[in-house]
Formats: sequence, structure tokens, C-alpha cells
Amino acid sequence: MTGSIAAIGAGLAAIGAGIGIGRIGGSALEGIARQPEAASKIQATMLIAAAFVEAVSLFAVVVALLGNG
Amino acid sequence: MRIIGLFKPNLNKFILVFAILSFSSAILFANEPVKNADSEHADANVGVQDSTAVEAENSATSHEKAKEEKFNPSELILEHIADSHDWHLWGHTSLPLPIILYTPKGLEVFSSSHFHHGEQAYTTANYTYKIEENKIVVLNAENEIDEAATKTIIDISITKNVCSLLISVTLLLFIFLSVAKAYKNTVGKAPKGFQSMIEPIILFVRDDVAKPNLGKKYAKFMPFLLTIFFFIWINNMMGLIPFFPGGANVSGNIAFTMVLALVTFIVITVNGGKVYWSHIFAPHVPWWLYPLLVPVEIFGMFTKPIALMIRLFANITAGHILVLSLISLIFIFKSAVIATVAVPFTVFISVIELLVAFLQAYIFTMLAALFIGMAVEEPHAEDHH
Repeated sequence: MTGSIAAIGAGLAAIGAGIGIGRIGGSALEGIARQPEAASKIQATMLIAAAFVEAVSLFAVVVALLGNG
Repeated sequence: MRIIGLFKPNLNKFILVFAILSFSSAILFANEPVKNADSEHADANVGVQDSTAVEAENSATSHEKAKEEKFNPSELILEHIADSHDWHLWGHTSLPLPIILYTPKGLEVFSSSHFHHGEQAYTTANYTYKIEENKIVVLNAENEIDEAATKTIIDISITKNVCSLLISVTLLLFIFLSVAKAYKNTVGKAPKGFQSMIEPIILFVRDDVAKPNLGKKYAKFMPFLLTIFFFIWINNMMGLIPFFPGGANVSGNIAFTMVLALVTFIVITVNGGKVYWSHIFAPHVPWWLYPLLVPVEIFGMFTKPIALMIRLFANITAGHILVLSLISLIFIFKSAVIATVAVPFTVFISVIELLVAFLQAYIFTMLAALFIGMAVEEPHAEDHH
């Protein structure tokens, strides 16, 4: 039972991270399309923002993993 | 040639940071409680040194029994990502690693092969030891776990993770000492050999990570940033090698990432300037908001390194779990046909993990540089915000 709940939690975390990183990636693409010369700067900022979003979802996954065990 | 100046005076610092990192990680590893017991699997492994024919037969039958039982992927995966006292090589062969215990009755050093993969207890002059759930416990005369005595011993063994860490440190020292030497030999000439491979990466860290975040003061922090970058990267890469010299989940170990985050925290705090501390204790808000904001800012000091710690740990562990679960699919469905799907997918994930290995090293270094940059900020720069 706790396993299933943990799995649902991990899934929800994946949804959140997916939306977040998708938006970051989409906006970065738009930015690069508008200003291709700023691509490297945008990429670096994008990676950092993605890392922050990812960290939150990974917290959730770790909690799910610990709750499962 | 600016790169020589970057290397030469800082080489000692570089080595020092290494030594501190590896030493403190080693201590933390051994004391970390590892929560997994996989007695069936452990039974199946026979030591290289002390295996007799009878034992081999026994464990072979127990292995078959284990196979007939329901395959438990989570048990297998947790065993592979956890630390252990012997290094599984292939089939029933594993490399026993030394066990070093600091006990009230003195230092004890013996090989983990005496435990026969957790099956047997081992009696020294002082205590009787046994491996219980990957942790060394002391047994009393009735063969029960002596909790009080177990608490007094400090386990500083060379475990699988520590061993892997030592291998990667040796590798890094070899690479960087030879490259540093090459710079001395080729002054005024173009870099050659391995130098040409390392130089762009160092320049990448300097120009894309250190300079944009740290400004003019970047040179002071280059040894630290380069050390954590290459240290994380090489450990990530070693973890992706599926067989002997790699395969240990070093950078996916919370103790390892905790040491890195702790060192980063110390560097941030020690270098924190007037602006940094005034941001925490006297932020630019009306005074009546201080009781609310100061605790939040103090809390923020600790959440930064904690986020660094969890990010690296979770990313690398997730990668290992993903690869292992894909391989486990073959055994869950008990069919070789699944391999045609699972193996290409594992290769695909492994290639992505190569990228992640670099990306996580980059992000850790980038964020460390960002936080240090915030700490060393000059007062006049702040007025522009």
C-alpha cells in the first residue's frame, strides 16, 4: 500500500518537473530563436533554472523512495 | 600560457583539497548506515581466497534456490547502489576489501573474506564481528548483537565506495600532475597530447563558470572549482562503468555529496564579505520585517548546500536505478526476447547518463561559483541592483 502511494508521489513529482522543465526549455528555445547570438548565455541560464526545478522534484522522489522503504 | 600561472602556485592547494575531500568522505562512508540486506545474493558470492569446494557447492545450491524464488528487483537494485565490504567482480567471484575498525581495545584490521559474505561471524582477540545489513556489528557470547559494544566501534574500513574513490583520486592526480608537468616542459609552445584534451575543459570552467559568476576575484577560487568539477565528473564517469574499476555508486552516495556540499558551505561562509552578511542580518527592508526575514535568510544559508547535496545524490542514484531497472525487466519477464528492447534502451539511457555525468558536475560547479560570487560581492556592485 505504502509502495503504491510512494509510486503515485513519485509520478506527481515527475509531472511537476516535466511541466517546469518543459516551460524552461520552451522559453529558452523561443529566446534563442529570437536572438541566436545569445544562445550560449541562454543555455547556461536555462540549465541552472532546470537544475533548480529538477532539485525540487528529486527531493520528492527521494522522499517517496524513503517512504517506500 | 596564462594557464601555467593558474596551475603552479595552486597545485598544493589543489592536492590539499583533494586530500581533505577524500579523507572526510572515507570516514563518512564507513559510518553511514546502509539499509539493505540481501542475504540470498550475498550467499551466492564465494570469496576468491577462502572458498573451499564444499562451500562452493553449498552456495551454488542456495543460489539456485534464490533463483527459483520470486525475483525481487528492488532488492537487487538497492544492493547495487549501496556500499559494501566486498567488490563483486563477476558470477560468484568478488574481491574482499580490508576491514579497519577503531575499537576501544585498539585498531583491528582484517579481510572481509573472513565473513564469507555475511554468512559467518569472525572472532578476533577482542570481539566477535558479523556483517548485519551491510554494517559491522559486535556479537556477544550468545551470538546475539551487542548493541552497546557496536556503538563503541568506529568503522573506517576501505569499503567499495572508498576503494573506488581512491582509484579516481589516483587517476585524477596522475592526469593533473602529468598535465601540470607538461606545461612546465612546453612553455611558449602549443600544448600536446593529453594536455590538449584537458586545457579546453579547464578554460571552459574558467571562462564559462568562474569568470561570469566571480568577476575579478575568480583566480582565488579556481583551484576549488576545478577540483570539485573534475572530482565529481570522474566519479560520475567511474560509476557508469559497469564492471570492476567502476560501478560503485560513489557520487550517488549522500555522504560523498554531503562532504562536497559542506566544503562548498565552508568556502562560501569563510569568504562571505560585508555585503553577504548584511544581506542576511540587515536586509534592505523596513526594520519591523527583520524578525521574519532574518531567520529566512539564515535558513537560506543552509538550504543552498543542502540543495547541492540532494541534487547530485538524487541525479546519480536515479541514473543507476534506471539502468538497473531496465536490465531487471529481462529477469522480471523471464524472457530473452525482452532483452531486444531492454538492452538498446539501456544503451540509450547510458549515453544520456554520460551527458548527465558532465551536466551534474557542471551544475554543481556553476552553483558553487554562483553562491561564492554572491558571498564575495563588492559593496558598489550591489548598488546597481
